Amino acid sequence: MQLAIWTYEGPPHIGAMRVATAMEGLHYVLHAPQGDTYADLLFTMIERRGTRPPVTYTTFQARDLGGDTAELFRTAAREAFERFRPQAMIVGASCTAELIQDDPGGLARALGLPIPVIPLELPSYQKKENWGAAETFYRLVRGLAAPPAPRPEGRAPSCNILGPTALGFRHRDDVREIAGLLGRMGIAVNVTAPLGATPADLARLGRADFNVVLYPEIAGTAAAWLARTHGQAATKTIPIGINATREFIAEVAALAGIDPAPVLAAETSRAAWYSRSVDSNYLTGKRVFVFGDATHALAAARVATEELGFALVGLGSYSREFGRELREAAKPHGIEATVTDDYLAVEAAIQAAQPELILGTQMERHTAKRLGIPCAVISAPVHVQDYPARYSPQMGFEGANVLFDTWVHPLMMGLEEHLLGMFREDFEFRADSAPSHLGAGPVEPAAPGSARWAAEAERELGRIPFFVRGKARRNTERYATERGIGTITLETLYDAKAHLSR
Amino acid sequence: MSGAALAQASPVPGCAEAPVLRERGQREVFCGLTGIIWLHRKIQDAFFLIVGSRTCAHLMQSAAGVMIFAEPRFATAIIEERDLAGLADANEELDRVVNQLLARRPDIRLLFLVGSCPSEVIKLDLSRAASRLNATHAPGVRVLNYSGSGIETTFTQGEDACLAALVPEMRADPAPGLLVVGALAEVVEDQMRRLFAALGIGPVAFLPPRRAAELPGIGPGVRFLLAQPFLAETARLLEARGARRLAAPFPLGAEGTTAWLRAAAEAWGVPATRFREVTAIGEQRARTAIARHRGPLAGRRIFFFPDSQLEIPLARFLSRELGMRPVEIGTPYLHRQHLAEELALLPADAVLSEGQHVDRQLDRCRAARPDLVVCGLGLANPLEAEGFATKWSIELVFTPIQGYDQAGDLAELFARPLHRRATLMV
Repeated sequence: MQLAIWTYEGPPHIGAMRVATAMEGLHYVLHAPQGDTYADLLFTMIERRGTRPPVTYTTFQARDLGGDTAELFRTAAREAFERFRPQAMIVGASCTAELIQDDPGGLARALGLPIPVIPLELPSYQKKENWGAAETFYRLVRGLAAPPAPRPEGRAPSCNILGPTALGFRHRDDVREIAGLLGRMGIAVNVTAPLGATPADLARLGRADFNVVLYPEIAGTAAAWLARTHGQAATKTIPIGINATREFIAEVAALAGIDPAPVLAAETSRAAWYSRSVDSNYLTGKRVFVFGDATHALAAARVATEELGFALVGLGSYSREFGRELREAAKPHGIEATVTDDYLAVEAAIQAAQPELILGTQMERHTAKRLGIPCAVISAPVHVQDYPARYSPQMGFEGANVLFDTWVHPLMMGLEEHLLGMFREDFEFRADSAPSHLGAGPVEPAAPGSARWAAEAERELGRIPFFVRGKARRNTERYATERGIGTITLETLYDAKAHLSR
Repeated sequence: MSGAALAQASPVPGCAEAPVLRERGQREVFCGLTGIIWLHRKIQDAFFLIVGSRTCAHLMQSAAGVMIFAEPRFATAIIEERDLAGLADANEELDRVVNQLLARRPDIRLLFLVGSCPSEVIKLDLSRAASRLNATHAPGVRVLNYSGSGIETTFTQGEDACLAALVPEMRADPAPGLLVVGALAEVVEDQMRRLFAALGIGPVAFLPPRRAAELPGIGPGVRFLLAQPFLAETARLLEARGARRLAAPFPLGAEGTTAWLRAAAEAWGVPATRFREVTAIGEQRARTAIARHRGPLAGRRIFFFPDSQLEIPLARFLSRELGMRPVEIGTPYLHRQHLAEELALLPADAVLSEGQHVDRQLDRCRAARPDLVVCGLGLANPLEAEGFATKWSIELVFTPIQGYDQAGDLAELFARPLHRRATLMV
């Protein structure tokens, strides 16, 4: 058993729902107990969709367990087909139904429905949401994609955009941003999938020259299969950040056999100038901890260091299958990657790193609140506020603008930071309160160490701005412990500062 | 009208004998685990540890995760593949997780092991686990268990199961007293306390208490009032310990609150004049507050999808005090005995339905074209997109709605979506 206060991913059938809900003309019949329909809310409330997800649940109860739950499934599948008339159907079990082993795939096949019925095997006690989405998309592509057709003479190069789903972090706007970029390069988008695609669209995937994989966690498996069996190359670069977007343009141009120079010359992001402008000087060396899915965490680490001048003091992801890439990316910064799906382990890593800014998920916002550290969200899981009405891509050049605004916002503005360093006893602008442009104050981080502090030193510590105070306390205590100093005095504090100054 | 109207209404059959439409099919409802979302706030030193799957953990954070917690008071022990291999191992694993949790949260006094569908299906014996853990962690922490699984409980029944687990913990106390059962907002609880004190009814205790140590006593002297309609099992266990239920409608609206208070007043032999003196001001205040919303709501047709078992008392309040016309009143379970007083007050032409086949119910709803649909969040936005005004039902469980001084707020919850539709010009 794993003690989970928060979980980064849902169970794998949620991943399957994200694929089904993203698509049109596909229905999902899910063998699940009463109550698992909570998942509908993810789509109708968190993502604010105006239609019910195309999912029929058997919602069995305890009294059904003594009877024929298989018959419940058959009835639900038959009724769903008759009512919704989908082009194709996926069938599967949730975690509880997996335990009762009714074999939805076999039962659905036996119904002899006149449409493709694709069974899903999603091991709920081993795998998680993104794996479930990847597996579902792969099964659909494998089951429905027709062999590639030869490209007609003179046709513009074309690609598929693979990976965006329902309930994806900014998938809606990323697709628009990247499709726009591809359009300006003269590359046609054949099919975008799963978001907005029908089963008939999946059948025409083979007509594209190559695939653009926006979210490898979801489309990686399907893209690898398409590369193997249809010979379609897939992009590797994730266009998050200015530099990555430029590399993406070059990669796509090479696959399409066109010249990237015009687009590279014509387009850039306002974020580049914002970051170079003198107002951003104080961002240099800000200590940042990055955590999220592998795609967003790796991209954020690069943007934070290369494009904003932050210092990376922590990098991690719950996408265990990308452990190697994460460790590689962490190495140049002299840190160990935190590859875990345990919220408590992430919290401990953040506490140890004492960052000034956390770039993470909705879960890191809990930790950030507890520790009083500014935080911005870069990756799922996210809540309703991160499915905004306004255009908010993470990808492409406009995405870079969004990242600049979003990440800098929680930090204390430069002038306020300076004045706090000079005058610490203002009754309104207090060092231990939040940036004044954000309103309410955070909670003071709990004192972690065991060393005794002399009253005078403790007072002095209190004068250090709150966003670096935790680090100063830890450094001083470690310094004292290493030298066998029992009581930390004013001198110890400043000795440590001189010794360990960043 | 209040008392008089109630007396007149009682002999009228209302819906007491009406046939109930019983359906089976997809049920679009929450499981009992969701009760934790309000119970963990109510009992402040309790912790709720769900023993379940990633789905259970995901449900909880999807429902509660929009609040940013410095330190949440619920968590999930997620069953993994290796736990499914053998039960003995699962028990050791559970002990380890509980130790880990209690080390992190030394302030916890009451720990609920909450059963889920997976833990019920593999028959993990959580009551044995609870007594084993009690032996280890006594006297600092008391460990109890209940099931909030979807296969056994629907939404608010999770609270019933939780309170039922507390009943055997209540010390035997033969002294007479009034027990109010059902988690109420603190403000409502305090109002009720003041009213009972003014009526000379007491001592009054509440279940659940705000802190684990404040669990009231129980015995043959105790009369209890259900503040919520979904407490069948809790009531049964309280009666098994000698307490007696005071039959009453539920304290929603001016009429419901007066009738609810009267049930206690009659049991305590409070003179009618005294009762009127104490309740008149509150009841009048409630009627004034309700009257503001009567205009927009009177004559409007309302359709209830099943959710919390509050549907019947709400339909009674909306029809009698606001003039609304219930088309269909869906409820996940209909406890005829606890709802007898409510059913008698419902308009005779309302269709009652128990259980659900959600697609067929949606067909009926679309055909009836009600002015307002009370439903869960899985249906609300899709119905809004189809042009229906909806009131999402979960809010009724999270908002102070009981008692005189919340009657206006309760009416407003139903008036607001209609008002909003009239206001918006986009």
